[in-house]
Amino acid sequence: MTTTLLTAAARAVGLSKVYGEGDTRVTALDQVSVEFVRGQFTAIMGPSGSGKSTLMHCMAGLDSVTAGSATIGDTELGGLKDKQLTKLRRDQIGFVFQSFNLLPTLSALENITLPMDIAGRKPDHAWLDQVVATVGLADRLGHRPSQLSGGQQQRVACARALASRPAIIFADEPTGNLDSRSGAEILGFLRNSVRELGQTVVMVTHDPVAASYADRVVFLADGRIVDEMYGPTADSVLDRMRRFDAKGRTS
Amino acid sequence: MYRTALRNVLASKGRLLMTMLAVLLGTAFVAGTMVFSDSVGQAFKDSQSSSFDNISVQVHNSAAGSDAKASDNNSSALPLTDATVQRIAALPGAQSARGTVTGFAGLSDPQGNLIGERGNTQGSNWVPGADGRDSTYPMVQGTGPVNSRQIAVDQRTAEKNGFKVGDTVRLAVNGPVMQMTVTGIFTTVDPQVKAGGSLVLFDTATAQQLYLKAGQFTTIQAVAKPGTSEQQLLSEVLPVLPHSGNITAKTGVKLSADSTAAVQAATSGMRTALLAFAGIALFVGIFLISNTFTMLIAQRTRETALMRAIGASRRQITNSVLLEALFVGVFASLGGLLAGIGIGAGLKAFLGSGGNLPAGGLVIAPTTVVATLLTGVVVTVVAALLPSIRASRVPPVAAMSSNDQPATQKSLVVRNSIGAAFFGTGLAAVLYGAHLGGSSGRLPVGAGAGLILIGAFVLTPLLSRPLIALVGPLFARLYGVSGKLAKQNALRNPRRTAATASALTIGLTLISALTVIGASVTDAVTKQVTSGMKADYAVSVMLGEPVSPSALPAIKSTAGVSATSVIDSQYVKADGRDLSVSGFDADSFSRLVAPTMLDGSAGAIGQGAALVDKSTAASHHWSVGGSARFTYPNGSTGTVRIGGIYQDSGLLGPVMMSESVLSPHTTAPYYSAVLVSGTAGASPALEQALKDSTGRNPLVQVQSQQQMVKEFSSQISLLLNVMYGLLGMAVLIAVLGVVNTLAMSVFERKREIGMLRAIGLDRRGIKRMVRLESVAIALFGAVLGVAIGEFLAWAAVQLLKSSLTGLTTAFPAGQLAAYVLAAALVGLGAALWPARRASRLDILDSIKTS
Repeated sequence: MTTTLLTAAARAVGLSKVYGEGDTRVTALDQVSVEFVRGQFTAIMGPSGSGKSTLMHCMAGLDSVTAGSATIGDTELGGLKDKQLTKLRRDQIGFVFQSFNLLPTLSALENITLPMDIAGRKPDHAWLDQVVATVGLADRLGHRPSQLSGGQQQRVACARALASRPAIIFADEPTGNLDSRSGAEILGFLRNSVRELGQTVVMVTHDPVAASYADRVVFLADGRIVDEMYGPTADSVLDRMRRFDAKGRTS
Repeated sequence: MYRTALRNVLASKGRLLMTMLAVLLGTAFVAGTMVFSDSVGQAFKDSQSSSFDNISVQVHNSAAGSDAKASDNNSSALPLTDATVQRIAALPGAQSARGTVTGFAGLSDPQGNLIGERGNTQGSNWVPGADGRDSTYPMVQGTGPVNSRQIAVDQRTAEKNGFKVGDTVRLAVNGPVMQMTVTGIFTTVDPQVKAGGSLVLFDTATAQQLYLKAGQFTTIQAVAKPGTSEQQLLSEVLPVLPHSGNITAKTGVKLSADSTAAVQAATSGMRTALLAFAGIALFVGIFLISNTFTMLIAQRTRETALMRAIGASRRQITNSVLLEALFVGVFASLGGLLAGIGIGAGLKAFLGSGGNLPAGGLVIAPTTVVATLLTGVVVTVVAALLPSIRASRVPPVAAMSSNDQPATQKSLVVRNSIGAAFFGTGLAAVLYGAHLGGSSGRLPVGAGAGLILIGAFVLTPLLSRPLIALVGPLFARLYGVSGKLAKQNALRNPRRTAATASALTIGLTLISALTVIGASVTDAVTKQVTSGMKADYAVSVMLGEPVSPSALPAIKSTAGVSATSVIDSQYVKADGRDLSVSGFDADSFSRLVAPTMLDGSAGAIGQGAALVDKSTAASHHWSVGGSARFTYPNGSTGTVRIGGIYQDSGLLGPVMMSESVLSPHTTAPYYSAVLVSGTAGASPALEQALKDSTGRNPLVQVQSQQQMVKEFSSQISLLLNVMYGLLGMAVLIAVLGVVNTLAMSVFERKREIGMLRAIGLDRRGIKRMVRLESVAIALFGAVLGVAIGEFLAWAAVQLLKSSLTGLTTAFPAGQLAAYVLAAALVGLGAALWPARRASRLDILDSIKTS
C-alpha cells in the first residue's frame, strides 16, 4: 500500500461530479477511484458521455469536484483556492489540448517556455534543448504558430507541456485534429517521453489505435470505471469497446 | 434580410451598447446645445419684448450718452430736448411721451470696489407721472429720487448688497465719488437688470447733468392713443424731430424685432461653437462605430459566408449591415434626444442659478428633434458603410474554413502611401503658413492642420508598431509575461488599435494645442507686464477715463509710497503720421519702468531725450543719436533727440519721453495711469491705502503686476476650462471606444485566455494583461495627439506673433506630461470591466470554444 502511494503521480478516491439540479441533474462521474502511476502512460477510454474528459478535468484542477478527492502528488485539490490551483497547474501539470491552443503572437520557442515565463523562472537550457530535439523542432523555433502545420503545432504544445518538467501531463484527445501520420508522431513522442524521460502522461482518447500506445488503458462508462487493460493493442482495445456497445444494446 | 438584421442587433446587443452610447452622447450634445440656446434665446426675447410692450415709438439720439463719446464735439449732432418731448406729447396720436437719460453708474462696496461688472451697471432717470409714480419702475419700498443727492436702486442689487431705504451709498458716474441717499427700491423689466446688471435711478435733472446737459435726453419713448397705430404715430413724430443724422425713430414692433435679431446674433456664436464641439464628439464617435461594426463583421465571417453560400447577394449582405446600423442609429438618437433635453435643462438651471439669465421655459423646437435624429442616424450609417462593404466581400467558401479568424491582413502599403501623402502635404502647408505668419498664413496653416490630422489617422496603423514597441520592454520588465503579451496583443491588429487610439488622439490634439497656445499667450503677457515694469501698482480709471490731475498729490503722499510717475498719453504727429507718446516723470522713471533696451540707454530720458520702440524706430528711420521732429497737440513743433531704442512692449507704448518736456506742448494732461512703487513692495495695505487716497472710487483701479497678469490670464483660463470641458466629451467617447475594443478582444481571445489560465497564469495576470494592452493603446493615442497638438500650436503661435509682441511658443511640459499620464489612467479605467470579464472566464468553456 505504501509503495503504491509513493508511486502514484495522481489519485482519485470516490470522485463524483454532478452537473445541474433537479430534473436536469446529470451524474458525470460516479464514485470513481483510480491511480495514475508515476512513469506510466495511461489512456482513458470510453464512449462519448462516459465521463472521461470530466475525470481528466477534475484531476487536473480545471473543474471542481462534487464529492470525493483528487490528489496530484501529495496535494489534495479539493481544499485549494483558485490561486493555489493556478500555481499547482503551472508548476505540477502539463497540458496538451485537442486544438493545440498556442498563442498566435508568440514564436514556437516562446510558446514552449510560456509556463516558465508565467512562473518567472529561467528555463533549464540543457533540458529545453533535449525536449526541442526530441520533438524535432530545432529549426522551427522562431516560427509563429500560423506558419506551422497542425502536427508541428501539436509538437510545440507537447514541448510546452514537457519543458517545465511537470509531475504529470494531461492530454485531451491530442490527435483529434491531426491526420493519422501526424497523430502517430505525436503519440510516439508521448510514449518516448514516458520511456526515455520518465514522464507521467494521462491521455483521454476515443481512438483504439491511440490507446494502443499507452502502457495501461482505463475504461469508463456512465461515469464509472468498468475495466482496465495493461499492454494494450489496437485490436484488444477495439474488442473491449465493442463489448460496451453490445452491452449497451442488450441492456 | 430585415429579420436577419434585427436578430443580429439583438444577438450582439451587449457589444452594440457601447456604439449606442457613443451615438447617444454625441447626439445628446447636439440636442442639449440646441435646446439650451433656443431656451435662452427665447427667454431673452421674452424679456426684451416685455420691456418694449408699452412703447409705441422710440426716438434715440445716438450722439448722446455712453454710446458715442468721440462724436460729442460733432457740431452737426442735434440734441433731444424737453421741447422735443413736449412736442411729441402734444401730437394728436400720442397719449404720453417720456424722455430718458441713461449712462454708466458704478455703485461702490465699502472697500471702494465696483459692484457688478462694468458693462452692465447703469443709471437712468425717474419720471414720475401726475400720481407721483413711474409705471416703468414700480417702487417696492420708499419713493423716487427728487434731488441731486438721492437715488433709487433696483431690488435685486439692493437685496444682494443689503441696501435699505435711507442708507447712504457711494456711487461714481464718470468722475469723483458721490454720496447718495437711497430713497426707494424698485422692480423693473429692464432686460439688462434681469440678466444680472444693476440699475440706479436719479431724478431727471440730476441724470441730465451727469450724463448730458440740462434739458437733454438720450431717448424719448412715446405711447400711442388707443386707436392710433404705431406706424401712424411714427409718421406724426418724424416731422417734429430735429433733423439730424444722429436722431432716429423706430416703432415698438421694429425695436422688438431689432433686439430679437441682436439676441439671435449674440446666441448664434455660442450655438455654433457648442455645435462645433458636438461635431468633434460625433466625429470621434464615427471611429468607434466603424470599429465596432468592423469587429462584429469579422466575428460573423462564417455566418456571412454561409448566407452567401445559400444564395444571399452582396447587396443583401451590405443592406443587412446597414439596416443593423440604422436600428442602432435610431434608438441611440432617440436616447440622445431625451438625454439632450436633460442636458439643456441642466445647463440652463446651472448657468441661470447666478441670476445671469432671464427665466423662461424649456424650448424644444422641431428642428432640434429632426436635426438630432438625422445626425445620429446619418453618422451611424455612414460609419457602418465601409464595414458593410467589407462584409459583402466575404467569399462563400469562408463558411467551410475551420479558421474563424480572417487571418490574411490586407497589406497596408496603399494605406500608408495615401497617409504619407496627406501628412506630407499638410506638414508642408503648415510650415509654409507659419513661415508667412499673420493673417496670410492662416489659410495654409488651417488647411495643413486638417491634412495632417487626416494623414495621421490614415498612418496610425503604421505608427502603432514602432511606438507601442517602445513601451514593450518596459512592460515586459515591470510586469513579466503579462506585459509582454499585452504589448503583442496591442500590436496584433494595427487597424483596430489605430482606430481605437485615433479617437483619443483627436481629443488630445485639440486639448494640448489649446494648452500650448494658452500657455504661450499667458507667458507673453506676463513677460510684457513684468519685464517692462518695476512699479508695484498702476492706478487707473475705468471706461477709458484719465486719472484726474487733482488726485496726484494724494497718491504721492499716500503712506508707504516711495516713487510715482504719471503716464501722460498724448498724440503727436511725426512725418505726417499720428504717433502715441507717453510722458513719464523722469526722476522716478528708472525706479518704475524697465524697458528692454536694444540701443542707447534708458537714462537718456532724464536729459530730455525720447526713447522709441524698435518697430517705430524702424518705420520712421530713427536711430540713437538722431532726432525726431514732432508736431505737438497744442500745434507747436519741436525736435527731440532719440536717446534709446527698446524692445516693443504693449504696456509701454511706442514712444516714451519726460513729462517735463512733453507737458508744455499739450493742451491738457491725460494720465492714462499713475505708476506707484511702495517702500516695501506690493502689499494689501498699500493697495487699500491707494484706494483710500483716491477716494475709494469704484471707478478707480489699483492693480498690481500680478493682478494685471491675472486679469488677463483668468480670461484665458476661463475660456480654456470651458473648452477642456467640451473636449472632455470627445475623450469620454474615446474611452467608450477603448472599452468596446477590449471587450471584443477578450471575446475573440477567449480560447487563448482559457489556455493561459490552464497552464498557470492566475487571474491577476490575465487582468494585468488586458489592462496593459489598454494602457498601451491609450498611451499611443495620447502621445500622438500631444505631439500633433504641440506642432499645430507652434504653427498657430507663429501666426499670432504679429499681433502680440514677445509671443513665443511655451511648452508647459508638466501639464502635457500630465495629459499623457491621465490618458494612461483613462486606459486603465477603460480596461476595468473587460479585464474583470477576462479574468472570470470559465477555463473549460473557453478552451472548448471553437
